[in-house]
Amino acid sequence: MNRQSHTPPSRRNAGTTRRTFNTGLAAAASLLAAPAIVRAQGGPLKVGVLLPRSGAQASIGQDCQRGVDVAGPILKSLGLPDLQIMNADTETNVEVARARAEKLVNDGAQLLVGAFDSGQTTAIAQVAEQKGIPLVINIAAAPPITEQGYKFVFRNFPTAPMILGDAFNNQKEIFAATGATPKTVVFMHVNDTFGTAMSKAVPGLMPKFQMPYKIVETISYDPTARDLSVEVSKAKATGAEALMMVSRLNDAILITRELVKQRWSPMGVLSMGPGWYEDQYLKTLGRLSDGPISLVPWYDPNKKLSKQLEAALAKQFPGINLNTNHIYTFEAVLVAADAFRRAKSTDPKALAEAIRTTNITENVSTGPGIRFDAKGQNVQLKNSAIQNRGGKLVTVAPKAASNAKPEFPMVAYDKRR
Amino acid sequence: MGGPFLPLEIYLNVAISGLLTGLVYGLMALGLSVIFGVVRVVNFAHGEMMTIAMYLAIVLFASYGLDPLLMMIPLAAVLFVLGYAMQMTMINPFIARPEHSQFMLLLAVAIIIVNGLLIAFGPDAQSVQASYSFDSFALGPLIVDATKVYAGGAAILAAAALFAFFRYAPIGRAIRACADNHTGALVIGLNVKRLYALTFGLGAACVGAAGSILSLIESVTPSLGPAYTLLAFVIVITGGLGSMTGALLGGILIGLTEALAALLISASAKSMVSFAILVLVLLFRPQGIMGKRLS
Amino acid sequence: MMKRLLHGVPLHATVLLALLLAALVVAPAFANDYLLTVLIVILYFAYTGQAWNVMMGFAGQLSLGHALYVGLGAYTTAALYVHFGIGPWIGMPMAILISVACGAIIGFLAFRFGVGGVYFAILTIAFAEFARIGFDHFSWVGGSAGFFLPVANYSHDDLMNLRGRPAMFYYVILALTAVAFLLCHALMRSRVGYFWQAIREDEEAARSLGIDTFRYKMYAILISSGMTAPAGVFFAFYYNNLFPEQTFFILRSIEIILGPIIGGVGTLFGPIIGAFLITGLAEVLQELLTWYGFDPPGAKRVFYGLCLLVVVMILPHGVWPPLSRLLRVDRETERTGDKAEP
Repeated sequence: MNRQSHTPPSRRNAGTTRRTFNTGLAAAASLLAAPAIVRAQGGPLKVGVLLPRSGAQASIGQDCQRGVDVAGPILKSLGLPDLQIMNADTETNVEVARARAEKLVNDGAQLLVGAFDSGQTTAIAQVAEQKGIPLVINIAAAPPITEQGYKFVFRNFPTAPMILGDAFNNQKEIFAATGATPKTVVFMHVNDTFGTAMSKAVPGLMPKFQMPYKIVETISYDPTARDLSVEVSKAKATGAEALMMVSRLNDAILITRELVKQRWSPMGVLSMGPGWYEDQYLKTLGRLSDGPISLVPWYDPNKKLSKQLEAALAKQFPGINLNTNHIYTFEAVLVAADAFRRAKSTDPKALAEAIRTTNITENVSTGPGIRFDAKGQNVQLKNSAIQNRGGKLVTVAPKAASNAKPEFPMVAYDKRR
Repeated sequence: MGGPFLPLEIYLNVAISGLLTGLVYGLMALGLSVIFGVVRVVNFAHGEMMTIAMYLAIVLFASYGLDPLLMMIPLAAVLFVLGYAMQMTMINPFIARPEHSQFMLLLAVAIIIVNGLLIAFGPDAQSVQASYSFDSFALGPLIVDATKVYAGGAAILAAAALFAFFRYAPIGRAIRACADNHTGALVIGLNVKRLYALTFGLGAACVGAAGSILSLIESVTPSLGPAYTLLAFVIVITGGLGSMTGALLGGILIGLTEALAALLISASAKSMVSFAILVLVLLFRPQGIMGKRLS
Repeated sequence: MMKRLLHGVPLHATVLLALLLAALVVAPAFANDYLLTVLIVILYFAYTGQAWNVMMGFAGQLSLGHALYVGLGAYTTAALYVHFGIGPWIGMPMAILISVACGAIIGFLAFRFGVGGVYFAILTIAFAEFARIGFDHFSWVGGSAGFFLPVANYSHDDLMNLRGRPAMFYYVILALTAVAFLLCHALMRSRVGYFWQAIREDEEAARSLGIDTFRYKMYAILISSGMTAPAGVFFAFYYNNLFPEQTFFILRSIEIILGPIIGGVGTLFGPIIGAFLITGLAEVLQELLTWYGFDPPGAKRVFYGLCLLVVVMILPHGVWPPLSRLLRVDRETERTGDKAEP
C-alpha cells in the first residue's frame, strides 16, 4: 500500500537501522493497537483503493488505477475537497483482497473503492459491511453483489442484464440509422464470470427487446484459450451474417486475426464487453482494428467532465484512450469526494448517508448521472455504442450522446489492404 | 450444437491448424523431456522460461524489426546460457533431493520470473505482428494459416537439429550415455556435472526457440507462464517423459485433439479432453506413447 | 488419553505447545481485525497444509491437486446451504464423503496402476483441472459466473450456520487446526503411521516386508482428502463466493503445499510454522516495500520468490527440524523428519 502523502523529509533522512527499527515498531503498533478511532473528523478523507494490479487481472487493474491517478487535479477544479488515496494490490486473489481491505481500514481508510473483479469485490464488501465503512464499487457486473442487502456497498456500474438490455437498444438504433439489419448472428463468449452472466441473460432478454435477428449458434470458449482458430472456423461455418461477442482483450485480438486469415468478413462485430475498444487492440491490429462496434458502459463525449478527464489522461498517460476502466474508477473517486463535501465529515456513517443521497448530474458516464437506489445500485447508467475508426474511438449511439454516425456494415477485411 | 454436420473441409482446416500449433508446443515440451530424461529433474519453471523468450522476441522485433523466425537461433543461445547457469548454480545441489524439494526450488524461480516480467514489461498482452501475420494460403477449399506453416516448419527444423546433435555429436552421445547409465558414465570418466548443465541448457534452448516462434502466433502476458508449464507436462507425459520423439508426437496429438474437440464438443471444454487423454495414458501406458517401460 | 498423547514428548515441549495454544486462544482479545484476518489465513493454510502432509509427509505421495478437495468441500456445503437450507455442520459430513469418494477414485486408479512420483503429482493436477473445467459448466452451482452465498447483516454470531464476525471464524479454524494436529499426532504414532513411513522411505522394501502398500497408500489419500474438505467448508462460508477459476486453480493447490514444504515435510509442526512464515513473509514484505517506497505491482512476489529460493536452498528439510533442535524439542522430528530424506 503506498500512500500518496509522503513521509516527512526528516524521517526519510534517518539512518537505515533507525528506520528499520521504526518500521518494526510501527508494524508492531499497527498490529496490536485496537482501532483507536483513527477516524478523526478533520483532515482529508482517506480513500483506500483496492485493485488487482498483479496476477491474472494485472492488466485491467493497472488500467483502472490510471482513473485514480488522474483524479486529484480534476476534483480540485470542481471545488471538491482533498482526498488522501491509499493504494492496495489485491494480487487477483480473494484472500489477499480481504486482508488488504482490513489493513487499509486499520490504517485509517474511511472509504473503500474497488475492486474490478466480482469475487474480490464480494470479499471486500464483507469487510466494509462489518466495519461500517462505505465501499464504492468501480467495476464488477455480477448481479448478486447488490442483492445481498448490504448497507454500505454502492455500485456505480451496470449489472450484466442492464448492459445486455441497453446493448440491444443501441443495436436497434444502429440498424435503424444505417438501414442494415443482420438476420442471423453467431454469439461467441468467453466462459468467465462476465461472459457467463451475459450469456445467461440472453434468452430472457432477446424476445423482450424483439431483436430482429436470430442467434444461430452460441460458442463459449475457455478464458485460458491460446488459440481460437477452431472457434472462428465453427462460427464461420454457421453462415451467420454478424458476429456478437463478449470477450476480453487477448481473445478479441486472436479472433480478429482469425477472421482475417480465414477470410470471413461478417457484416459487423457487435461486442458487449471489453477487448475490442482497448488500446492494445487498436495498437496491435492497426488498420484491421477498424470496424467493430462495442456496446458497453462508456462516457458521454459531449459532457464537460468527459473532456476534462480525457485531457487529464492524455497529459499524464500519452497514447492511452479514455475507456470504461478509467471512467468508472474515476467516478467512484468522484462519488467519494462529492459525499465528503456534503457530509462535511470523515465519519464513515455520515459518508454512507451522503452517498445514499448522491445526485451528481455533471459526470462522465453515459446517462443522466449518478444516483443510487435503495440497494446501492445506480440504475440510471446507459451504454454507448462505440466504433473503432482510424485507430481512434468514436461514439455512434445513443444519438444524444454521440459524436459520429455508425458505419455498418463494416468494410470487409480483405478490402482494406 | 451442429458440430458433426459441418462440411469436411472445416475438419481438415481445423486439423491442419491444430497439427501446426502442436508442432510448436511439441518443441517446447521437447525441452522438458530432454531435461527430465537426463537430469531427472522436472522443470516446473518451463513455461515461465518460455515467456522470457517470447518477451525477448517481441522486444527484438519491436525495437529492431528482427523476425522471430530468424531470432529463434540467438534466443535459443540466450536461453541455453540461462539454463546452463541455472543448472550449475542452483539445481545441481538438488539432484539427489526429493521431488517436492526440487519442485519448491523451481516454483520459486517461476514466481520470480512471472513477477519480474510483470515489472519489466507491464501486464498487457503483447505479440509480434510480422508482415506475413495475416497471410493465409488457399488450397482449393482449404485455408491454411501462413504464419502457422512457417512456425510449424521452424519447429521441425529446431527439433531436427536437436535430434542430430544427440545422434552425431560426441557430446550429445555422451549425454545419452549419461542418461542411460549414470554410474557407468561416472566410471568412464565423464564430467557428469557439466553434462547435466549442458542438458539443462539444451532443454532451455528448446523453449528459447519455441518461445521465439510462438510469439508469432500467440500473445503473451506475464501470468501465462504456469499455463504453458502445465501444457508442457500434459504433452510430455502423453508422449513419454524422457522420450524426444514422444514429446513431438505428444505435441501434435494434443494440438490435434484440442482442435477437433473444440469442433465436436464445446469449445470451452476442450482442454478437458487433453486432461482425459493424460489420465488414460497415465493409467494404461504410464511410460507414454513412445516411452520405454519404466523399471 | 492425555498421557498417551504426550508419551515421549519432552516436558518443556509440552509447555511450549501449551503456551502457543494459549497465545492463539487469547489472540482475538488483543489483535485488531487486520491481524485477525491474517491469523485466519495463516490457520487456514496450517490446516490444509497439515492435511496435505498426511499424504506427502507421512506416506510420500506428492499431491499437487489438493485444491480439488477444498473445492469439493466448498461447493458441496455451499450448494446444500443455498439450495436446501442445510447448514454447514450438517453439510460437512456430506462434503467429506464426496471428497473422500473422489480421493478414493484417484487413489484407486493411481495406486492400482502403479502411478507414482512425478507421474502421480501430474495425475492429481489433471483431476483438479478436470474439476475446474467441469464446474465452469455446472450451472446448478453458478458455473463460471460464480456461486454466491447470501450474506446477511450479522450483528451476532450464528455458529450453527457459520454466519458471523471474524472472531467466530477465527475460533472455528483454530479448532479445526487443533483437531488436525491431534489427529496427525495420533496417526504418526499409530501402526498405520509406521507403515506409511516405511512406504515413504522405500516402497519396494516395504512391500517385500509384507506391507500391503496399496491399502496403506489408499488410507493416506482417503484421510488426507477427507481432512481437506472441511477447509473448503470454511472457505465457502468465510468468503461467501466461489469461482471455479479460483477455487480449483493450480496455484491454489500450490499455495496449500508451500507452508509444509517450507516448514518441514513429514513433521507435525512443519505445516504450522510454514503457514506462519509464508503468510507473515508476504505481509512483512508488503510493509517493507511500502516503507521504502519501492512498490511496483509484482515486486512483493519477486522478493517472496527469492526468500523461498534461499530457504529451500539452505534448509533442505524445512525450517522446523533445525528450529526444533534449537528449542531442544527434537525427539519427534529426529525420528521422522530428518531421516525422511537421504
